[in-house]
Formats: sequence, C-alpha cells, structure tokens
Amino acid sequence: MLLEFNQVSTFYGKVQALHDVSIKVDKGEIVTLIGANGAGKSTLLMTLCGDPRATSGSIVYNGEDITQLSTAEIMRKDIAVVPEGRRIFARLTVEENLAMGGFFTAKADFDATLAHVLELFPRLQERYDQRGGTMSGGEQQMLAIARALMSKPKLLLLDEPSLGLAPIIIQQIFDTIEKLRGEGMTIFLVEQNANQALKLADRGYVLENGRIVMEDTGDALLVNEDVRKAYLGG
Amino acid sequence: MIAKNFKYAFFSALLVVALAFPVLSLRLTLDGITLVVTGADAKVQWTIAACAIGIFVWQLLRDQLASLIPKRNGPLMPEGVSNFMTLPTTQRWGLIALIIIGLIWPFFASRGAVDLATLVLIYVMLGLGLNIVVGLAGLLDLGYVGFYAVGAYTYAMLSEYAGFGFWTALPIAGLMAALFGYLLGFPVLRLRGDYLAIVTLGFGEIIRIMLRNLTEYTGGPNGISGIDKPTLFGLTFERRAAEGMQTFHEYFGMAYNSVNKVIFLYLIALLLVLATLFVINRLLRMPIGRAWEALREDEIACRALGMNPTTIKLSAFTLGASFAGFAGCFFAARQGLVTPESFTFIESAIILAIVVLGGMGSQLGVILAAVVMILLPEMAREFNEYRMLMFGALMVLMMIWRPQGLLPMQRPHLELKP
Repeated sequence: MLLEFNQVSTFYGKVQALHDVSIKVDKGEIVTLIGANGAGKSTLLMTLCGDPRATSGSIVYNGEDITQLSTAEIMRKDIAVVPEGRRIFARLTVEENLAMGGFFTAKADFDATLAHVLELFPRLQERYDQRGGTMSGGEQQMLAIARALMSKPKLLLLDEPSLGLAPIIIQQIFDTIEKLRGEGMTIFLVEQNANQALKLADRGYVLENGRIVMEDTGDALLVNEDVRKAYLGG
Repeated sequence: MIAKNFKYAFFSALLVVALAFPVLSLRLTLDGITLVVTGADAKVQWTIAACAIGIFVWQLLRDQLASLIPKRNGPLMPEGVSNFMTLPTTQRWGLIALIIIGLIWPFFASRGAVDLATLVLIYVMLGLGLNIVVGLAGLLDLGYVGFYAVGAYTYAMLSEYAGFGFWTALPIAGLMAALFGYLLGFPVLRLRGDYLAIVTLGFGEIIRIMLRNLTEYTGGPNGISGIDKPTLFGLTFERRAAEGMQTFHEYFGMAYNSVNKVIFLYLIALLLVLATLFVINRLLRMPIGRAWEALREDEIACRALGMNPTTIKLSAFTLGASFAGFAGCFFAARQGLVTPESFTFIESAIILAIVVLGGMGSQLGVILAAVVMILLPEMAREFNEYRMLMFGALMVLMMIWRPQGLLPMQRPHLELKP
C-alpha cells in the first residue's frame, strides 16, 4: 500500500468539504477519482498535500502518517503534483521551469532525470530556451507534468490534466501517463473527463458531495449504469 | 464628431489654464514684512492664453491634423536596436565598458562631478538591492529606506561610541540591516501585494521615527555628526592626521589636495557597487535566484514543488536589506553626518522608481535609471522651481514610450533564422 486515506474529513471554515473519505492506492497502479464540479476532487488532492489539513482521519504514505506534516515536507517525500490549471512559471524558460522542478533532486541524479524527461516529451527539447508562457496549452501541460517528474516521484498526482485541451492533445497526455505506469510509477488521477480516465485506470472512485459513493475497477465503472448516466452522458 | 471633440477641446484648454495660471503667473513677493500675491507680467499671461488656444485648436482638429501627418509604424526604437540593447551579451559587454570608464574618468573630471557620481553610485547600490526584493522576488517593499537608515546609523553609532573605523563597521552595518530585514520580514511576509506594500511603508516610517525619538543614543533630530571618513590601510585623506595616524599625501610625498578625498570616496562607492553586482549575479545563477523568480511567477506552484515560500521570501528580503545596510554605512561615512530626515519616504519612492524605470529585474537598467533619476534633477537645477515639473513630465513620457522600463531583463530565446 503506497497511499491510504482513512476516514478523512476536511473543512473550509464551517463548511465540510470531505466526509470520511477512505481511499487506497497500491504501488504501480493508476487510480482515478471522478466526480462533478464541486464534488471535492481538488479538495481531496489538496488535503493530501497538507493545505487545508484534514480535520479528522489520517493519511498514510508509504507506511508513514503524513496528516500533520507541512506542505513543503509532504512534497519532498517522492510525491509530485501537477496542479490544476498547469501553473507553470510563465516568464521563466522551459529549462528554468524544469530546474525548479528538480530543486530538491540530488545533483548526481539531476542530469539523468532531465534527459529522461526530455525523452518523454521531445517537444520540450525543441522549446528548451523558450519562455513557458509563450507555449500552447498542450505544451504547457507537458511542461507541468515534466516539471513534476523532475523530482523523481514515486507517486504522481494529476489534477485535471485534460482541462481546456484539444482531444488529440488529451490523447497524447493520457498516452504519456500510460507510459509512466509502464515505468512503475504510481499515478493518482483526478479527472472530469470520466470516459478517458476510466479507460486508462486500474481502479476508480466516484466522489459526490464530498463522499465516496462508488469504488470499483475502471472497466466495471465504465459500464456501470449509474456512472454512465451521471458522468458519461447516458 | 466635431461636437464631441469640441467638448473635449474646451476642457483641455480649461485644464491648461487651471494648471498653468497658479503655477506660472501667481507669485509671492515680500512687501516689507508681509507676503503679497502679485500677478506675473503680461507676457506670461499672454503665453498661457496662447497655449490654451493652441491646445483647444489641436484637440478640436486633431482627427484632421492626424491624417495630415504621415503615420509612423512600429515602436520608437527600431525593433532590431531595441532587441540588441536588451540581449544578455550586450548587457554584459555594456557593463564591462561602464566599469572601465567608471574607473578612469574621475581623475580627469571636476570635483563636483565626481561627488555627484558618488551619490549616483549610492543609489545604484540601493536600486540593485531593492531589485532583488521587488524585481526578482516580486515583493513590493515601500519601506526600503528603513534598512538604509539602519546601516547608516549602525556606522554612525559605532564610530561615535566605540570608535570603529569604516572598514570594520561596513560588514557590521550590512549584518545589522540584514537582521532588521529578517526580523521585520518574519511577520510581514505572510501578506501579499498591496497589504505588504502598506505594512513595509509603515515599518520604514517606524524606523525613522524611532531614530528621531531615541534622542539619548541617536541624537534625535540633530543626528550624529563628525563621523570618521574611510581610510586607505590606515592612511587618512584629511589635511592633518589624528594622533598616531598618517595622512595619504604625506606618506606618498604629494601636496595636499582635497580632490583626492572625493576621488577616494568615489572609488570606494564603485568598489561597493561592483561587489554588489558580483554577489547578485552569483546568486542569480544559484538555485535560490531562480527560486525568487519562480516565486514571483506562481507561489502555489512553488509550494507544489516542495519549496517553502516563507523561507525564499525571507532570504530575498534579508539579502536586499543587507545591501541597503552597506549603502547606508557608506552614506554615513561620506556625509560625516546622519539625521533622520535623510531617510524619509521620498527616498524609498526614488529607489523604487529607479527599479521600475530601469525595467524590473534588469541590472544594467537599474544602473542607467539611477543615473537618470539622480543626474537629471541635479542638472536641471537652473530651472529651479520647474525641475520637479520636468521630472514628472519625463516620467509620463517614459510610461508612454517604454512602459517595460529602459532596459528590461531579457531571457535567452529562440530566434527563427530563415
């Protein structure tokens, strides 16, 4: 077990955003979390990152309770997140963006990691000296993922990587995610694009109003009547 | 069209009169012991009227006039020139040329010019220091002058009470300012943008008021005077040396010349600026320099990458403050006198203007802007009361023509070659 949520509840002030959520992610899996707008998908991911903190319950990563750690401490534990809306450093070059991603990577590993990431995204090699903000949305998403990979994570968290991208680019991104799984990386994917996410995922969770309402393999959820109605357009 | 323009033209003309009349044609003169307001002579009045009419006609017919003038396309500077000027390699060679010129010219220049150049160098240093905080880390600091004051008073008090020399006090002044930056930064850096600006503005003022009211130690509004000038390995540049010291001109067997002292101060200032440039350039190539810029771009992304924004901000704030401390120490040594009135808010504003005018984050830009900001008001002294007006006009023109600053920072980028 790489990551485990045990009965986690999160509040924004007095508003409860997560109700006793329990999730398990095994090593080498792609697990997806789907749900409508405002269901609490991003909140769940942010709780994992330590901002906001979970009010009750515990989050265990790799056998260690990380519920009370600070964001900076959590993010240095082989966990990398690709935040919603990409959030690349617009006025920094691709090179500098990647260097920031590898801020805590050991010097000895840095060059190898960089070479590997650029091999994964050849487009970034072409744009190496260009400012991040001048690239297309798809390229920026690739940069955001590449930047996260620079820290050599064991667990990669993706928050809506398909947001605002053309279908062909989305396909490319999902292909890359599959390739990463092939390398043994564990991936936790938060998506609104339920169809594609479930096709890719080993297992999936459905979040509704801050509660996990369903849990099954990706294929089973894909043919589930309720899921089809609510998220896949009938 | 004309009707709309007529209203606009009428108000423009009215504005000219409203602005120019009180400024240019009302004068206060002393009649015995009472002040009386007298109007200026008819010539001035007629000029104002002519200007108002001129503006009126121009605004009324500007659509027609604009079509008469051939339209200029593109920016003021040709694209190529502008591009060339902001390339990193050009900026580096420009810097080296500047340094060589800077080392040689004072020996051929007048005393006043060298003195003025020393003042410019102090502001270059302050600008470079604030550039870290505002230009790179993106934290709007309106109280930067507070750290300048800390540096100046550190040396003044060490010299007054403990008999420290300039060179021993210099690192202490830097450390003191850095300490203040660290202590003030801790509570303040949780805030962002406008709120940060207001609080830093307050802190700058608090430091000044504190210095004014700690009369016992700082001499209150009178400040501290008689601060020792820097020495060259124990040689003083005064006419007569104090007990147990030797003067520069005696040691080298030259006739006493007061210019030597001015040139020496200038060279120290140049040395300090070069050291500042060197350190900042080094920092920029280190991960911490990139982290400052990344933080300016996106704080949340920085946190997602495991960085601690507070630490990064604090490092920028502390380092920036330490450079102000060095500058302050030199300022105290040069003036020989520090008073709280040297550290008012307007100083912070000028330093900030230098950073913004130069182009945020660009070091050569900061140097150029410091020269412009300090030299222009000095050179325009013969225009006495109108010089601030000219200064304002210059700033407005600047914002129209080069809103990104004189020499904005440019990153290496791909160029498409045919």
